[in-house]
Amino acid sequence: MTAPNHRWRKCKDILMQVIALTCAILVVSPLILIFFHIVKEGFSSINFAFFTQLPKPVGEAGGGMANAIVGTFVLLAEAAVVGVPIGVLGGVFLSEYGGNRLNWLIRFGADILNGVPSITWGVVVYGLMVVPMHGASALAGGVVLGLMMIPLVMRTTEEVLQLVPGGYREAALALGIAKWRTVVQIVIRTALKGIVTGVLLALSRVAGETAPLLFTTGNLGWAHRLTEPIAAIPLQIYVYAISPYPDWWRQAWAGALVLLVLVLAINVGVRFFTRDRFPKQSWT
Amino acid sequence: MEHHFNTELDGLKQKLLTMASHAETAVNRAVEALVTRNHDLAIQVNDDDTIIDRCEIEVDDLAIHLLAKAPLASDLRLVTVAMKISQNLERVGDEAAKIAKRARDLSKEPPLKLNLELPRMATLALDMLKAALDSFVNHDSAAARDLIPRDKEVDALNKKINGALTEHMMQNRDCIPRCLNWITAARSLERIADHAKNVAEEVVYLNEALDIRHPGAKTMGNPAT
Amino acid sequence: MTPGEDKTIPETRRETRDESREPNASVPPSTLNARPSTVLTTPALTVRNLSVSFGGQQVLKQTSLDIAARAVTAIIGPSGCGKSTFLRALNRMHELTPEARVEGEIRLFGEDIYARNVEPVVVRRRIGMVFQKSNPFPTMSVVENVTVGLRLNGVRNRKLLVERTEQSLRMAALWDEVKDRLQAPAVSLSGGQQQRLCIARALAVQPEVLLMDEPASALDPLATAKIEDLILELKKDYTIVIVTHNMQQAARMSDYTAFFYLGELVEFDTTSKIFTSPAKKRTEDYVTGRFG
Repeated sequence: MTAPNHRWRKCKDILMQVIALTCAILVVSPLILIFFHIVKEGFSSINFAFFTQLPKPVGEAGGGMANAIVGTFVLLAEAAVVGVPIGVLGGVFLSEYGGNRLNWLIRFGADILNGVPSITWGVVVYGLMVVPMHGASALAGGVVLGLMMIPLVMRTTEEVLQLVPGGYREAALALGIAKWRTVVQIVIRTALKGIVTGVLLALSRVAGETAPLLFTTGNLGWAHRLTEPIAAIPLQIYVYAISPYPDWWRQAWAGALVLLVLVLAINVGVRFFTRDRFPKQSWT
Repeated sequence: MEHHFNTELDGLKQKLLTMASHAETAVNRAVEALVTRNHDLAIQVNDDDTIIDRCEIEVDDLAIHLLAKAPLASDLRLVTVAMKISQNLERVGDEAAKIAKRARDLSKEPPLKLNLELPRMATLALDMLKAALDSFVNHDSAAARDLIPRDKEVDALNKKINGALTEHMMQNRDCIPRCLNWITAARSLERIADHAKNVAEEVVYLNEALDIRHPGAKTMGNPAT
Repeated sequence: MTPGEDKTIPETRRETRDESREPNASVPPSTLNARPSTVLTTPALTVRNLSVSFGGQQVLKQTSLDIAARAVTAIIGPSGCGKSTFLRALNRMHELTPEARVEGEIRLFGEDIYARNVEPVVVRRRIGMVFQKSNPFPTMSVVENVTVGLRLNGVRNRKLLVERTEQSLRMAALWDEVKDRLQAPAVSLSGGQQQRLCIARALAVQPEVLLMDEPASALDPLATAKIEDLILELKKDYTIVIVTHNMQQAARMSDYTAFFYLGELVEFDTTSKIFTSPAKKRTEDYVTGRFG
């Protein structure tokens, strides 16, 4: 039953497995190294004060990034307000409505926008909002992050909606249900998990954007109004990292750790949220 | 690609044709034995009848087997017609055996001094049978329709022969057993003609999907209403 | 059918149905020829010169047909002959496909369903459809699925919804099997049950006509038999048009059969005539399995 070159074939098989495993390790190891490095560097600076205090002036030890942490959350909330409705509805349009030509154009545009360097977004919003408003603001920061989210959310929403089998749409329409109702209460409802996943992942992506925020916001203290500039973690990290002060370097590491944990939390949360609650059980 | 069901249907037709040729042979032999007073020939007819009986079982078996495959349209008509024809042919075989028995009995006794038209009746019946079976083979519905009225001729002849024999019996008491034998033989021939007519009607149904049996019954209206 | 129909499912449609409440006549000796309007009772649907094309390619050519009320009409033919296309034209489902062009006239109990002032949504409430692959909505429970056609058309009356649920599930021969688990997710039912659920869902909006596109082709023989019995029961109250590629099923279930080939209606007649002695050779060849 054994072929003449059976042993050689088995060797090739094992060799392939070894190569694949090595590559996998090579891919994952930078991630692990980065993670551990950040934890190592930043952990020591994490304390209660870090989350509650403002940055102290140079030379004084201690202080925190409370404003940046709050700022990041504020900016993400704004981004969601800007990005989610337009992105999701845009995705719905692409998937359920529209003509072939128009949709092709929109998709093309969205894909290009997805590839636009983030700093360019910053410059655009600088011209559109910062200049007329005579200054940076939390609004501008939120808007730029929201705009960056739109093409991403639009495409993921469209893809997720396309995954909903056409049979459901047909069945609903065959019952005499109007199209818009079908789209909202059947199609979107079926794809809801996927849409939320797409939104959360887009949020986690823009949470770490620094370049666009350079032009639109930034504050070493608290912002009292949205028209004032607001701090953000990645910006703060940048400011501290390029400074010559070791105190601020330590803070930067801590900030990086917080940012990393935030992104990790969103991703893990998404996985938890979309888990299969009823894996092929029969309902008794 | 060969259609397997077609092959099986052809098999059914073949079996039926084999049965038909045995039936024709049996009747031919029986009539010849009767007319030529050949005792040995008469005995052979019994074997023919046994073969025909076996054929009927085989044909019906195969037909049921084919029905389970849910044939439709002309295939369905072929299978149901095959079962009907096999039944008619089996009866033909039985009648041939009856004629042969009469032939055996008559051959043991001196011939009857009476000019009967029985040979002509036999020819008519035989022709009808052959024509019916040919029309089945050739899918010739027109030929089948043509032979149906000939049954009346055979019936008329039977009546005539009966009359002649009855009269003869009344006048010559010692001829009674022989006359009765002849009467029975004539009746068997009349039955054979009937069966040939039945086969012809089935052939018409097979080819035209028209049921032409019992024309009188249809004018009475639908019994279900 | 008028535009701006109000939200309650109109009860007046019942009267239309009763007008054609004549018992199906015993099958007459076949005088039926290709002209279909010799169906004895008032036809539910009259189709005249229906043509359907997709992006220039003609799929259905000049078809005329009468669908008898309260009877089962089967549509048979080889793949690609246009039978599903024909079925979907009956409830204006082609309007979901932008490249589709539908010409001709279809009347439901005399009313033109393609008339300008008639909304497709209203047509589809009167002519329901069940699909080949059962598709109960996965995010909804059994009872939510059954009532979805009512709820999403604005019906709020709880009592009505509860009544209609039981009624529809009974009609679909599913009530006994699910009455204790109406809140269970619809996808937890077996394949045959899901298909019957879809039938109940379609029946809940009380259509007059039920279109079925190979409803049992994805089911095992036992489930198929249940669906067939169900259809034979349903035809007492509903007009049913069923597309099937299973000849024996058509022979068992339908009163009338239409044979389509390459987009044309080749023969339309009572089922017993089509399956025992079809008039056209092409029908004969298809029915005996010589091609297709």
